Parts: sequence; C-alpha cells; structure tokens
Amino acid sequence: MSFFLPCPHCGSRPVDEFAYFGEVTRRPRSRPTLRELTDYVYFRDNVAGQQREWWQHRQGCGEWFLAERDTRTNEVISVSLPEPQRSHEGSDLVGSDPA
Amino acid sequence: MRLPPQPGELIDRSETVSFRLGEHELEGYRGDTIGSALFANGRRVFSRSFKYHRPRGLLCCSGHCPNCMMTVDGVPNVRVCVEPLREGAVVTPQNVLGRLDMDFLSVVDKVGGPFTPVGFYYRTMIRPRRLWPLYEKFLRRVAGLGRLDEHAGHSRRYDVEHRRARVLVVGGGQAGRAAALAAATAGPGVVLVDEGSRLEGADLAGVEVLARARALGIWEGNLVPVDCGTVLYRFRAERIVVATGATEQPLVFPGNDLAGVMLPDGVHRLIRDFSLRPGSRAVVISADEHGLTAAEELREAGVAVRRVVDLRETNVRGIEAQGKGGQVRRVVLDGDAVDCDLLVVSGGRQPAYALLAEAGAHVEYDPELGVFVPTELPAGIEAVGSVTGEGLERVAAAPAYGGQGKCFVCICEDVTTKDVKRAIAEGFDSIELAKRYTTVTMGPCQGKLCQLSSVRLYARERGVSQAEIGTTTARPPWAPVELGLLAGRHLEPTRRTSIHFRHEELGARMMWAGPWKRPHSYGEKPEDEVRAVHESLGVIDVSTLGKLLVEGPEAADLLERLYPNRFSDLRPGRIRYGVLTSDGGRIMDDGTIARLADDLYYVTTTSTGSDAVTAWFEWWNAVWGYDAEIVNVTGALAAVNLAGPRSRDALQRLTETDVSAEELRYLDATEIEVAGVPCLALRIGFVGELGYELHFPSAAGEYLWDRLLAEGARPFGLEPQRVLRLEKGHIIVGQDTDSESNLLSAGMSWLPKLDKDDFVGKWAVEHFQERDERERLVGFTMEEDVVPPEGAQIVIEGLPAGRVTSARRSQQVGAVIGLAWLGPDRAEAGARFEIRVDRRLLGARVTHGAFYDQAGERMRA
Repeated sequence: MSFFLPCPHCGSRPVDEFAYFGEVTRRPRSRPTLRELTDYVYFRDNVAGQQREWWQHRQGCGEWFLAERDTRTNEVISVSLPEPQRSHEGSDLVGSDPA
Repeated sequence: MRLPPQPGELIDRSETVSFRLGEHELEGYRGDTIGSALFANGRRVFSRSFKYHRPRGLLCCSGHCPNCMMTVDGVPNVRVCVEPLREGAVVTPQNVLGRLDMDFLSVVDKVGGPFTPVGFYYRTMIRPRRLWPLYEKFLRRVAGLGRLDEHAGHSRRYDVEHRRARVLVVGGGQAGRAAALAAATAGPGVVLVDEGSRLEGADLAGVEVLARARALGIWEGNLVPVDCGTVLYRFRAERIVVATGATEQPLVFPGNDLAGVMLPDGVHRLIRDFSLRPGSRAVVISADEHGLTAAEELREAGVAVRRVVDLRETNVRGIEAQGKGGQVRRVVLDGDAVDCDLLVVSGGRQPAYALLAEAGAHVEYDPELGVFVPTELPAGIEAVGSVTGEGLERVAAAPAYGGQGKCFVCICEDVTTKDVKRAIAEGFDSIELAKRYTTVTMGPCQGKLCQLSSVRLYARERGVSQAEIGTTTARPPWAPVELGLLAGRHLEPTRRTSIHFRHEELGARMMWAGPWKRPHSYGEKPEDEVRAVHESLGVIDVSTLGKLLVEGPEAADLLERLYPNRFSDLRPGRIRYGVLTSDGGRIMDDGTIARLADDLYYVTTTSTGSDAVTAWFEWWNAVWGYDAEIVNVTGALAAVNLAGPRSRDALQRLTETDVSAEELRYLDATEIEVAGVPCLALRIGFVGELGYELHFPSAAGEYLWDRLLAEGARPFGLEPQRVLRLEKGHIIVGQDTDSESNLLSAGMSWLPKLDKDDFVGKWAVEHFQERDERERLVGFTMEEDVVPPEGAQIVIEGLPAGRVTSARRSQQVGAVIGLAWLGPDRAEAGARFEIRVDRRLLGARVTHGAFYDQAGERMRA
C-alpha cells in the first residue's frame, strides 16, 4: 500500500501517515443475541469494491474520519468527518476493532 | 592484453590499481571494473553455477546475468562486471569447493544429471523424513550463491530518504536522456536514474543525474524506490518516464553456458569501455543486426572472425558449442566444426518492460517483432525508446536444439531444456506454474535473460503460439537489492523520562519497557528495595504512565460509556480504578481516573498503552460526538510514586498543605506544591503501602527526584515494583491477561455496572455471565523455593490444566508466589496442582486475594 489519502484537514498525504481502523460496521444498540454480537465483533463484509471505512491521520493532525475507498484500486472516492450519533436508538457506525 | 587506446575508453592508463583475487595480487587501471581487470589479467572463469557447479564467464557485461557474481570485501553476490575497481579490494570466488578452475563440487555436473532432475528437492529428498536436516545441510553447502560474513557486524550503514520529483526518468540511454532534457525545459524537479556509470558527473542541463542507481519497482502512488548503494531513495513522482530499453537475449543450444559465449553488448563493452580483446578467434551467430555489428567491432579490434551466421538468412538446424575446462573451443554448425575461443550469440532484444508491468501496463506478444511489448500504460506513466518496441527489428526464429550436452534456458538456476520439457510432460502446462516448479526466471537475473527463451521453448513444445503462452507476472524488485538497504538504518526510538540520567548516575540497570528505558533495579539486590518500601520509604519513577486529560461539559458521559464502571458519580477530588474493555470483552488497559473538577478528569494508562488508549478515546468520541476534549500529556508530565510507611512524613516536610490521613485520604486527588513544584498528588497504592503518586511538569523531574532522595527515599526499580504488586495480587494487563481474558475470569466481576444503559463491552460481559466459566485467574504459593518461568505449564493428574503468568520470590510472604490461569473446578483456595519446571513437577496451592495485607490496611493507613 503506497497510495495517497486526502485528510479532511491536511489534504493529500501518503497512506503511511494514517492509521486504518477497518470498514464501518453497525454496533447494536439494544442487547444483541450472542449471534448478533459475534457478527458485530468478528465478522466483516470484506468487499471487493467500494467501502466506507475509518481512518485516523495519526502522524498528522490526529483527526478521525470516514473514507469511501475502492478496495480493488485504492481509489479514494470521498472523505468526510463523522456525524455524531448519540441517540441510543438504532445502531452506531463503528469500526472493525471492537474485538 | 589491452588494445591500443580506444576513443571513449573508461580506463586511465596512467594510474594502476592493485587488488587481490584469493592469493593473487593483481593490477588493473583506474576506471576498470573488477570484472574488466580480472579479464585483463587473463581470467576467463568467474564463477561456478548454482546447481551443477559449471564454470561460467562473462556473458552480458551489463550487470544482468549471474555469471560474474563474486564476493568483494566480504559482500557476497557482487556483479564484478559493473563493480568499479577499488584499491585493495579483496575478491573471492563463491559457491566453490577448491578453486574456480577446479571445483570439486563440479562432480554434480558429471553424475548429478539423472539424480537432480527438475523439482528434485520436492521428491527425492523427502524420505525418510528424519534425514531432512542432513539433506538440507548438504544442499545448502553445495547449492546457492554466496555466503554472508556472519562476523562482519555493522560494516555498512544504510539510510532511507524520502524524495519528490516532478518527472522521474528511469534509464539513461538516448531516449531517456532526451526525455529528461525535454522535461527540464518546463522547470526543475527532473531526476534521471541510470544503472551504468557513464553518466556519473554528466552535465545534463537542469536534470539531477543518479548514476549507478537502480529503480527497484513502481508501486501505487507513483512510488519508486531507487537503490543508490547505501541509500534508498523513496521517490514520489508526478510523472514517471520509463526508458529501460531492451535486453539482449541469448540463444539456447548445447553448451550455451560455456565461458567464452558472450552477448554482443558484452563484447562491445569490453572493447569500447576497457580496450580489451574479448578473444582471438570468434564465431558470431545472430538473429538480428546486433550480432553483425559486434562482428564488425571484433574485426576492428583485431579478432579473427571465423564465421558469421545470420539466422535471418541461413537456416541452421543444429548448433553445439564444445569446450574444454569450461571454455568454448569450437562450435559445430550442422556438423561443421569451427575452432574459436569466443562465440557471440544474439537472440534479439526483448523490451525491458518489467517496471511498466508492475505499474499496471499490459504486456502483449508482438508477432511482427517476435517479442513481448508493453501496452495500455497507466496514467502518469510514459515509456520512451526501445522499451516500447520502437526501433526493434524482427528477429529470426531461434534455431532448434540438438546434439549432446545441456542446453540452458536459465543460467541463474541451471535449468535446462530437458527440465522444462519434463515439467510440461508432468502437467505443468501453464507458464506461471512451470515457473514455480522449474524456477526459470526466479534467479538473480529475474527473467531478464531467460523469460523470452522459456516462452519460446514452451510455445514450441506445446505447439501453440507465444501469444497464447503469455508471460509471468512481473514483480519487484527488478534488480537484486541488499537486505540492509530495505531494512534501512536501525532506528528504534527510545523514550527516556526526564529523570533518566539520575537513574544512570545511581547505577541503575536499565531495561526496555515498550519504547521506554526504565530502571530494572539499582543494585544487585532488588529485595532490599522491596524491603525499603515495606519498612520505610521508597520512590519509583513512573513518568512512563500514560496521562490523559479529558475535559468538557460531557467528559463524564464519555468516560461513563468507555469504562465498565461508573464515573459520573465520582466526586471531584476522588480517584477510581478503571479497566477498559473492547466490545468483544477483551481487557485492553487499566489505570486510575481522578476527577479534578466537574468537567475535568485525569486518566492514567499503562506505560505501553498511552497511544492506543488515546486513539481509542478519540475514536469513540468521533463515533459519539460528546462535547469533550482528549489531551495526551504523557510527555509533558513527570511522575513518581513515593511509597512506604514513612511517605506521609516525608511529603509533609516538603509541602505546606496538610497531607494528614484526614485531609488526604486514600483515593484522594489534590493539587499541592511539593518543594515549590506544583504537583497533582494522587493517593493510590499499586505497591500496597501508604503512597502518593506525584505528577508534575517534566522540567522539574530531576529537581524533585533529588529532593525526595534527600528526604531519605530509596529509589526502587521495575523489578521490585513487580514483586510488590504481586504481593498485593494486582494484575498487569497484557502479562497476566491476554486476548482470551475478560473481567469475569480475571476476578473483577465487581467492576462492570450492568445497570448502565451502555458501555463498551457491556454485552460481552452479559454473555460471559451466561456461559460456563472456562478459566479463572488465581494466586498460588509454591511448596518449594523455585520460581517458575512465565508461561510454565500447570499439570493436574498428568494433564495440562493451566499456565503461570507471573511468579516472584517474596520475602515478605516467605514463599514463591504467583498468578496463574486454572480451570474453575480446580481454582478453590487451597487446591493443589503441579507446575512443570524444566523436567520436574513442583507442587503449588491456590490462594485467593492478596498475599500480603489482605484487608489493605497498610495502603489505607
């Protein structure tokens, strides 16, 4: 991996400056069954194509943001800052390291 | 030996350079390569081949083939044909038992044929299995390339440099130079990379020239690592121009690897650059114009050209080179023998498209030219010159193979036509599979000299077109690269606390703790440091603790949701222990959380966890968007833990604030001045005695340390601290816990507050409650005075039943104590089990709770 990723604050930077936190997953809000919990914690879609994922500009401004990336070409289609989701209803968009 | 001075020769005849080959003192001229100097001294055999130990001599003289690889000044696999001659260089042959001219291992060539067929290592040396170590030792001895000098140490220093270029041109031939000059007219930032030495110091207006440098590949984002010897430039280029030209191809016939068989470029370089006569009687066999040009050059150099065969006009059905002592003596053309000591062969030129293919270009067979050419270049990448196929002429069909002896398709790996045919017969009919089975193209030349030959052979044997066979995937590195260059300089950033040099002055034995250097202990007897803490006063530098400020109107809500236990009801000025878990229930980190004000918390993490915890906090807050800021102040603040029964008196002497038991209670946090330094004082007891953690600006680290020592505090290191915490049964996350442990199994079922709406890891705990307990973390005391190592196996009734995570000898308890994971049915207090230490089984008994001061009265005092 040596592509460039646009940080919402700092602009296009080499990917080595960023930390990857995996594809966006849904965190159940109310108590999940064991199966649902296991799905959320351990299972990933692992798509060959466009996916939403978490990144942090760890060696730069430190911002956490979401990117739409094509996993086949590493083309980054868009980046955005996350919308706060504080309601206890529905489910949260979280990343891939809840294990 | 040398020809009269040639126009443009690279050697300076006024200056001789001496060097050694084994025991021989030799001389060459300034400007020679080691290879040309050896050739000038009459040396014709330069190496022994990989598998059969056949004598090999100069072939390409361009740094492509493996034939001239030797060990130079201890560095193996140096291609001496392009390595500049240095005064005093020591050159030794490699992969040889004996001398280059008489290698005892060449017996493999005589008898080995039937015993070493293609893929023999997959099938002849697998049984009996127990003999494999013996086979392996033997194979490693007889096959392979040079050997590393294991005693060389750090003889060279490698560096990596990140650079940018507007235009990066790879290849300094005519087309490459023209492209670079044209790009330079539009502005600066043009870099030209060339593997030869001709452009060294050349003046190309506005172009930075990197001579004797190799582009190793093209990665995404136009990343091009360039090998410049001991520096690796990682270039990021806006535009890349590939001008790598075309590589001359050998012909395949019996004896085609004899010393004295050369490619036209090799002949050309010996004559033009080094004024050497490549032979005295030559035969030229050529499938294109290049061989004919070489014949012309040879005549001018006074070589008797005995025969020139133009394969485009003459139909030759069989070629065989015959030699003596590994050197070519005659060539037989359709039964007609011609004496010679130089055989120039030219199989046409194949565009060197590898870099383009790595970048994503397609590679197609061009039936007009009879070679593979790159097509459909990706954006930002251009190709110029003969790498595109431009200027190449159609080559004649290669002649058939026949006669006796081995025909080498791949001289790097010693793969013959017979091997390839056999692989096809065995069903390896795809070129990619055959490559892996026969290892053709997998040697040091990386297919530069064998890819085309192997495709041609495949097409012929299978009776299909070369287009149908296709090529194998091109992968970096394109040229061999020293591992040191890839590893770069050994840079392990060391973190030192602000008190670090005081520890060194006190003679502390330092140890690694994650990225930190910390005192292990200050003397030979860590137990004395333990006793000081128990009986009077000790001090330890805990500046390595992670320290975070969490501030904002919703700071309490954020922590409430991050931690399993409660923090919203923590009163300002109070401290609570906290454990972070993941949604899978894994224990991630632990520490203390002090509430300094309604909207301000001070969080400490483990020494190695601060970065991960900061990222974890920030990430969850990006998800939830609470109105709270997280600031990592780990480096800004020093911290010490003053511990022992005398710590209150010592602290009181240094501060005007009342720190009596009533005013500064256990788990109180307050801001006080100590010896004039503003400190955050946290009354906590990791080591089990009355104690105060003082957190204060790093700049005052040494000063406050000195003042505390002057009050009689004895410094203690990490080792005594580990004994002290073990006596209290306090766990270390990551040592006593692993990815399988959770709050319940680690004995902290009191911690999670399941009546909270949500916290990270809540559901996992709920599900753990419902399932059968699998393991439990318990304490144990040993029956004998032996300290089991971490990870020692627990055995009950002859079966493995658990493992030890920590163990130390405690003088306070009067026994060896430790922590271990055990099945819940074996975890009752007093239950006996055995621990395997070396080959013995030693008895131990389960304990619950702290080993020392179980009620915790000493730290609450």
